[in-house]
Amino acid sequence: MSKNRKTVLILLAAAVLIAVVPLFALKGAEFGGSDNAGSEMASEINEEYEPWFTPVLETALGGELPGEVESLIFCVQTGIGVGVIAFFMGRFVERKKWMKEETDHDSN
Amino acid sequence: MPKKEKYLLKASIALAAVFAVAPASNAMHIMEGYLPAGYCVAWGLICLPFLIAGFFSLRNKVKENRRNLTLIAMSGAFIFVISSLKIPSVTGSCSHMTGTGLGAILFGPASVSVLGIIVLIFQAVLLAHGGLTTLGANTFSMAIAGPLISFGIYRLSQKMRINKRIGIFLAACLGDLFTYCVTSIQLALAYPSEAGGVGASVVKFLGVFAPTQLPLAVIEGILTVVIVIGLETYAKPELKSIGFFKEKEAR
Repeated sequence: MSKNRKTVLILLAAAVLIAVVPLFALKGAEFGGSDNAGSEMASEINEEYEPWFTPVLETALGGELPGEVESLIFCVQTGIGVGVIAFFMGRFVERKKWMKEETDHDSN
Repeated sequence: MPKKEKYLLKASIALAAVFAVAPASNAMHIMEGYLPAGYCVAWGLICLPFLIAGFFSLRNKVKENRRNLTLIAMSGAFIFVISSLKIPSVTGSCSHMTGTGLGAILFGPASVSVLGIIVLIFQAVLLAHGGLTTLGANTFSMAIAGPLISFGIYRLSQKMRINKRIGIFLAACLGDLFTYCVTSIQLALAYPSEAGGVGASVVKFLGVFAPTQLPLAVIEGILTVVIVIGLETYAKPELKSIGFFKEKEAR
């Protein structure tokens, strides 16, 4: 149990490190999206290519989604996910407390 | 499976097969409007059998035991979280992970395709990230091809008796990478370069995606292992009910 906890902590620390290090290592970089880099590459290979369809929302708005709003929606997405995971995880954790008497083998 | 479901599944497989052969075509989040219409339709149809199979397999799992719903919801939520996190990478650009490894390991690749397409629709409609016309292609790379590899690697590592956690790590990590490889191929098929054809284009697109995605794939592997450890500790009954714990593997 505490061994698991240690593994989890080490793993999380490693994940955060991998994510944060480039930020400091490459100070001048823009950190744009690689999805966009893909589209740029596409127009480089085939210069006349025009995207033939614009996102529904951009059409409705008559322009690009404002950056702040975009990050809001990304946050909403993360929030929904974290909420669901945290809710069930919380229930599981509480339940385990109540099942403590039972051993792992017949906990079903 | 009832007759109707079987019929529907077969029909969609037939349709997909026809299209897979005809314009033997195209790949992760491809931007709206960046794939020619024919490719969009073809990829969509190829996804259809997976989605239908996934839908039925999810429904059966819930029918079997309503408790399974919680784990299905959690795998879906995991994809939601993971694919919303844009993470800076060594190449100086940001990318995000797929999060489909967990679902693939727990429920198999077909089920994940349904969870994945929900996220992709959310992003395409609200975020103009990916797109509705490229939904088929993006679903294929992120919600079908990646999970298939994850599932395959996980099963293989189990057979070879590799440490379970390492197996999960590899499965999630390589599944994520493979997603971007498929995207590169998809883009290359639609944009063969004049000099070297499709092959040269694949290399070009891989050059954009692969170095960026590599560290992120590692993070995805790590996070998937972390959540599986969490589930193993607290959700044993659920994991047993979906068959994640094999008979005497209860530790």
